[in-house]
Parts: sequence; C-alpha cells; structure tokens
Amino acid sequence: MGFRETGVIKVGELERLGLMPSRERLKKGPVVIAECPEEIPCNICVDACPFKAISMDKIYGIPRIDWDKCIGCGVCVAYCPGLALFVVDLSKYGDKAYVTLPHEFYPPPRKNMTVKLLSRDGRVLGAGRVVKVWSYNNTWVVTVEVPKEYAMEVRGIWVEE
Amino acid sequence: MEIDYRIYEHPIIRFKRGRRVRFYFEGRVVEAYEGESVLAALYAIGVRVFTWSKKLGRPRGAFCMIGKCSSCFAVVDGVPNRRICIEPVREGIRVERQRGLAEIPRVEDVEPVETVNIETDLLVVGGGPAGLKAALTAADQGMDVVLVDSHYRLGGQLVKQTHKFFGSKEYFGGKRGFQVAEELSKKVLEHPRIRVYRSSEAYGFFDNKVVGVAVKYPKPLNLVVKADAVIASTGAMEKGLLFENNDLPGVMGAGGAQTLMNEYGVRPGDKALVVGAGNVGLIVAYQLLQAGVKVEALVEIMPRIGGWFVHAAKLRRYGVPILTRHTIVKAIGENRVEAAVITRVDENYRPIGGSEKKLDVDLVLISIGLTPDTRFFSQAGAVLKWIPELGGFTPIRTRYLETSIENIYVAGDASGIEEATTAFIEGEIAALSAAIKLGYGSKEAVERREKLLSYLWDEYRLSPVVSRARAGKLKATVSEEEMMLIRGKKFGGV
Repeated sequence: MGFRETGVIKVGELERLGLMPSRERLKKGPVVIAECPEEIPCNICVDACPFKAISMDKIYGIPRIDWDKCIGCGVCVAYCPGLALFVVDLSKYGDKAYVTLPHEFYPPPRKNMTVKLLSRDGRVLGAGRVVKVWSYNNTWVVTVEVPKEYAMEVRGIWVEE
Repeated sequence: MEIDYRIYEHPIIRFKRGRRVRFYFEGRVVEAYEGESVLAALYAIGVRVFTWSKKLGRPRGAFCMIGKCSSCFAVVDGVPNRRICIEPVREGIRVERQRGLAEIPRVEDVEPVETVNIETDLLVVGGGPAGLKAALTAADQGMDVVLVDSHYRLGGQLVKQTHKFFGSKEYFGGKRGFQVAEELSKKVLEHPRIRVYRSSEAYGFFDNKVVGVAVKYPKPLNLVVKADAVIASTGAMEKGLLFENNDLPGVMGAGGAQTLMNEYGVRPGDKALVVGAGNVGLIVAYQLLQAGVKVEALVEIMPRIGGWFVHAAKLRRYGVPILTRHTIVKAIGENRVEAAVITRVDENYRPIGGSEKKLDVDLVLISIGLTPDTRFFSQAGAVLKWIPELGGFTPIRTRYLETSIENIYVAGDASGIEEATTAFIEGEIAALSAAIKLGYGSKEAVERREKLLSYLWDEYRLSPVVSRARAGKLKATVSEEEMMLIRGKKFGGV
C-alpha cells in the first residue's frame, strides 16, 4: 500500500520522487527533506527559504531542493503549512544523528528535555534529548538527538506532562 | 467539582475570554464569559441535549454550530427558534430548550420591530473569506458597501481554522485562518465606506430589487436594503450521514466540533471517532489532539484517503489510525453517544459481516463533505445546478461570477465547495465585476480581474489535488451568451 492509502510515506517513495538528498550530501551536514509528494497548490517554502534553495516550476509543483544551497537551517520547517519539512543531520561522528521537526502540542518542548521519539506511523522508537527549540507563529521547531539508525524514521516527538 | 469543558492551555490559540456574565437556563443560573455563544457556554458545563424531535421526542445535540441547522433551536427571552449557537451570551437573558415545534408568539405579545430602508451600491451577504475580501475590494473601488452576517463575529469559518494556510503569500498562505479573520475583519470594520450589520440574517430578495435583513442586535430591526448589486457569499453546511442513531447527541459535524474547540475553547468530548478522511476530517482530527481529545480512529469508506497526504501524515505520527474501506454502522448510547460500531466494507461498499468493532467514544464527528448554502439564491429564483463535484446545488454563473439574476453574484463555498484561497480570489473577482459593471471599476480593475481569473483557472486550479473541484466549477460556469439565453433574453440584447 502506498502513502495515499496509509498516510505514511516510505523512504523509497521519497527517493523515487527525488525528495531525498544523496548519501554524500547527508554526510556533509544538516539538510532538509521535504515529505511533500503531492502537487498541492502551495509555495510557502519557496518564499520562506533564506538561501533560495527551494524552487517550484508552478504553484502546485513538488518542492525541488538545491542540496548545495540548503544549509539545513530549518526556517522552512517552521513555515510549511503541511508540517511536512524536516532537517536531518547525519554528519556528526559517533552513533547520534539530529532531526529537526515541527511540533504543535502542549506542553511546550524545552531544551535538554527527554522526549518520546515517534515514527511516521506513530510507533515509539525510544527517547531522545531536545538540543534546540525555537518557535515561529506557534509552531515549535525542535531539534532532537536520535540514534543514527533512526534518523530517517523519527518524524515526531511527544512531550509527557 | 463543577464540570468545565473549557480549554485553558492550547498550543496555538490563546482564548481571550471576556467578563463574566450570568444568564438563566431553564431557571438555573449559568455563568459564562462575554464572547461565548449560549450553546458554547452550556456545552462547557456539560449540557449535551439541546432540542427534542417533533414526533418521537428524540433528544438532539449540537450539530453544525454555525447557525445553519435546526439542532439548537431554543426560546430566548420568549422568542422561539433562536439558534443558540450564534446567540451571544448576555447578562440576564432567559433560555429554554424546545420540545418539538415551538409555539409562535402572537403579534400582540411581542415588541414591534421597526423597518428601516437603506440604499447602497453593493450588499454583501456573508462575512467569511469571500465576503470580507469582496467588501474590501468593492469599497476600494469607490463603492458604498453594506455587509451583513448572521453571526455576531465576522470571519465566517476562518475563525476556527488554526492550521497555517497553504497557497501563496499574496492570499495569506502561511498565516493561520483565525489570524486572517482578525486582520480582514478589522480592515472591514474600519473602512469608511463599509457598513457592517452582524447578527443579521438576509431572509430574502424581493421585487427584484431589495433584500430583507433581520437584524437581531443590538436592537431588533427589519432592514430593507436596496442595492445596485448583491454578492452572496453564504458559505456551506456540513452533510449528514445515514446510520443507526445518527441523531444521538455527540454525533456532530466535524466543523461543528471545530467551532466549539477553536472558536470558543470548549472541548467537544473526551474520545472521538471521525467519519470521513477528506481534508476536513483529517484537519479536525489533528486539532482534536491539540485540544486534548483522544482520536480513536478515522474511518474512510473509500480505498484511499481523500484528503491531502500531509494532513494524514500529521495524524499518523501521533498514532491515530486511518482505516480505509471502513465506515460507521451505528452510534450507541442513552441520550448521548457512549460507543460507536464500525465495520469493514467490500468493493461495493457493503459491510463485511463479522468485521464489526465497537469503539468506546463519546463523539462521532461526520466529515463526509459540505454542501453549498444556496438558500438565498433559491429564494431569489436564481437557476441552480446539481453538481456532485461541488457538493450539491449551486447557482450557475458567468466567469465573472454573476448568477442568472442580473447583478447578483456568488463567491466562495456557496459557488461550490473549495477552500479559503479560492474564496478570497472569487470574492475579489465578484467585487471587481460588480464595480466594473456599475461604472466604478477603473482600467486597472479590468486588468486585475483578468489576472485573477487567469491565476485561478490556469494556475491554481490546475493542481491535480483540486482537479475535481475545477471540473465542477467548469460545469457551473456558462458564457455570457448562454447566460443571456438562460435569463430569457435574445443574443445581443441588453
């Protein structure tokens, strides 16, 4: 079953749509992954990117990322109305990676908190530490430390009250 | 402890509650906050039954919450059939629920209502995204505008939209709906050429020239508006669904629940089942999570999720199951929903025996689609067409959005269900068209209208995710020549 049946997209599907950066690029430093596979009439991310790294050939195009221009700053993560953009950082030595994701639930996440790590289908993959939080128009942009093998799996967090 | 369903901590909205007011509900004193509707205030303290049906006396709960249905008709200060979902709480008012049909008070028992005649260049009926944009556009073209809305708050359904809008920056993309509502309402209320009547229902179009408007507050008034043009942006209402006990309190329109939690900050329940995985169902389910309601499941009878993937993905991350090829069989409960039974369906959408599952929920939210609110147009005698892609009947119109009644325009969801971005654009097109036709529009107005039409039809609506709506809008749109024929005039006639 594909993402239109399940609401869960697979890494292979993202690769086929040209939405995944190369392995070499991923190793270099943080970079955005747009999990936006449908041709929605929306170009908010194009305007949001301070580095002009995102483009669309028409208002309903799929976002095209220039991986060389993208520095993984995460501004687009805050702006995307679909909460569909994530920054993944696989460049650090050791067994940790960093995932930056949008979060819109109470209570607010705080730096150094330990939070539950959620997969695209809502499974709890473990716990991770919040290393950075900022917010824009009430969307928190949260960077969490995750085990490297989960960098392409963690797409949500849950903060226990 | 006293029951209080109000939400005090929310990730997106800071609920601004006004001063405390007290009113009487069937003899009991209810405390509420200024700004709340009577229904929201009662819901907050646990009232779930708002009327009883005429024949069988079955209890009825809230359904649409936006003044469209008849589930909350009540007697307010002796006046029956008041929709308390759009009735603001006021100090000392007396509210009683209706059992069956209400007794209509005799003329001599009620205060006489003054009739006031006013004239304007443009009357806008409905202050949602299309109406607000239309009023501002026309006023900026130099027209005098009167805007009426049945609710006591402007913004239409923008006021309950808490997600960030898609689209482009020019049409508020990236802003949250309630923020857009605040911004546009403020501009409309401050505009020197726009007169606004809230809590005012346009009840009909008469003698081919005037619109009757029942103004409820601050002082009841029969407003008779003579306008050179009318833009009716009356919005839409939620469709119901046939299943056992579909009238049990707790079975609600998904948009109704959204109004409760996002406009008034009242939690609609504790555990929900959402029926229908289109964008409304997906978005409301996510907002239920934000309001602290557990969503047990979304069921969708089709083999695929109807709404956009990104909305579905947001829900799945937090563990909400979306069950395609599933539907609801029945709601269970005494006076309110206590459980619901869902089932799998086969290729012909028939329930598969033995696949039933009982869910422990107190809310069943229906999001199987909207239908245009065409009551104003049908009363006026505009030609309507049944277009399934647009949610039902809608007035046929030219590309400038003029209906078969000359100088009456349609814009927004009333012209067929789409979304806020297209409503803004349609409101602007309708207003420019009225201005141009009545001699206000400058050359720039003509150019602007062409630009908008081309953006709407040749860019925005070409997105494959909105292709169905585009097909419907095409079916509803006729050429000027066809429209003249429909109006019973000859080619080239004036």
